[in-house]
Amino acid sequence: MAMTMTQKILAAHAGRDAVEAGELIEARLDLVLGNDVTTPPAIKVFEAAGLKTVFDPERIALVPDHFTPNKDIQSAEHCARMRRFARDKQISHYYEQGEEGMGVEHVVLPENGLVAPGDAIIGADSHTCTYGALGAFATGVGSTDLAYAMATGKTWFRVPEAIRIDLLGQLRPGVTGKDVILHLIGKIGVDGALYQSLEFTGSGVATLSMAERLTICNMAIEAGAKNGLFPVDDKTRDYLAHYAPERVAMNDFTVCTADDDARYARTIAIDLATIRQTVAFPHLPENTREIGSFDPIPVDQVVIGSCTNGRLEDLRLAAHWLKGRKVAKGLRLIILPGSQRVWREALKEGLFEIFTDAGAVISAPTCGPCLGGHMGILAAGERCVSTTNRNFVGRMGHPKSEVYLAGVPVACASAVLGRVAGTDELDA
Amino acid sequence: MSIQGHVFKYGANVDTDVIIPARYLNTSEPAELARHCMEDLDATFIDRVQPGDILVAGANFGCGSSREHAPIAIKASGISCVIAPSFARIFFRNAINMGLPILECAEAAEAIQDGDQVSVDFDTGRIVNLTRNQTYTARPFPPFIRRIIEADGLMGTLRQMQGKGE
Repeated sequence: MAMTMTQKILAAHAGRDAVEAGELIEARLDLVLGNDVTTPPAIKVFEAAGLKTVFDPERIALVPDHFTPNKDIQSAEHCARMRRFARDKQISHYYEQGEEGMGVEHVVLPENGLVAPGDAIIGADSHTCTYGALGAFATGVGSTDLAYAMATGKTWFRVPEAIRIDLLGQLRPGVTGKDVILHLIGKIGVDGALYQSLEFTGSGVATLSMAERLTICNMAIEAGAKNGLFPVDDKTRDYLAHYAPERVAMNDFTVCTADDDARYARTIAIDLATIRQTVAFPHLPENTREIGSFDPIPVDQVVIGSCTNGRLEDLRLAAHWLKGRKVAKGLRLIILPGSQRVWREALKEGLFEIFTDAGAVISAPTCGPCLGGHMGILAAGERCVSTTNRNFVGRMGHPKSEVYLAGVPVACASAVLGRVAGTDELDA
Repeated sequence: MSIQGHVFKYGANVDTDVIIPARYLNTSEPAELARHCMEDLDATFIDRVQPGDILVAGANFGCGSSREHAPIAIKASGISCVIAPSFARIFFRNAINMGLPILECAEAAEAIQDGDQVSVDFDTGRIVNLTRNQTYTARPFPPFIRRIIEADGLMGTLRQMQGKGE
């Protein structure tokens, strides 16, 4: 029975030799994740069911990141409830504000060595699919599924079929992984991969950095996909050696490759060299346009950060484009490093000086404005270019505000020029 | 099990941010969430919706976030059923877990109009449009899903099992 990468990981976790698309299976989980928005309802469910213990305190990660540092009293109560639960159940991977390892969930879990190839992970957050970049099966669920998984270490899945994305060639300078995923979503639509896996393959994979693969998998959900998945190669191994040395030392991971004769719902070939800097217009990630193909659009705010583009590589890229330049008069540039670790490294490398000189404000590691929480909410009529992942109505504030999704280079050029712009338009 | 109500109809890709905006996610109280249900798409929805009413929408209903607050808000608003050609997968799972009936039926989603009076039989998947005198058929729920919905959600079934000592 020929299988895709996803199917192989699911089969292994269901204790089966093979599974096929459409089958319902119960799978063992290597890691279960919740945040400060989704965990409190899960705790309510957990306690209402009379449950007392979690399946394994080492295999649960609870990350306060959405409305932290606490934005109001109700958020503070939610965080307090999660903190008490974590303490009570002796959850090892709970990361308090300011602590080593804290930050935005999908930035910190891979950085903290909690994700390795072949893992099966669920998280009560739709962007849990990020971890597919490391060759793991990871998908988002709701709070009730989180409660059940925290108690049992298991969940049920319908085995997905896959779309194979053949990446060929190499990206042009100034074009990033974010442009790749926006391009793909523009091509197949926000439900183009509904209930399916997006499995990336081809010679172009080796040219993409781990940060870019994390960005690409992060937005698999924006095409409706259940998960995104990259094969494991030398870059994955280098990343693991750096961030997950213990799992490498214990040989505690499994590399799954798709069978040559695995069946796919369809195959889409993308020549990376043909992708241009891309922007998703309001109010859907599929409304993509290439830079240069639209009239000037003035911008009030630019946000760089989030689980999509808040990694050290993203901040280095931002510094590259902002160095010696100034943010346009009257525009707010908000930079949110994705984790305490990213924050520290960026500080050490002198990136903050470049950002500050450019006129940016640097925030604490938090999801903050991405989901309209705090730290950069938009007023009616305001426009924001953001490196985040969603541009739905009201996503970052007032329902009459607008979000334009883009990669870091476009965000920087837009901040400097005060309009949605590509880096080609910046003075040398 | 069957229901009947007036239809509220919306377009494709109704996302979880318009079902319940993140600015209200600092609570998970159903009544409080219901007060803001669909607010950014249709500010009058919550004033007009009556218990038993039915939501009909285009493809990919519930796309976006994993927030269980979305089906909770819809259910607490009084909506008894959502009909769409397709649902985003996390929303689909959450809706079942919360005991909110959802039916995939492209034919019904296209033909039914805002304000129509519609009845739905969950056992047979039969959807009757009383206003237009039309009938559509969705695939009925398998028995285990029906049990979850009748028990008011996944945890309800767990409580029932514990009650019976299963």
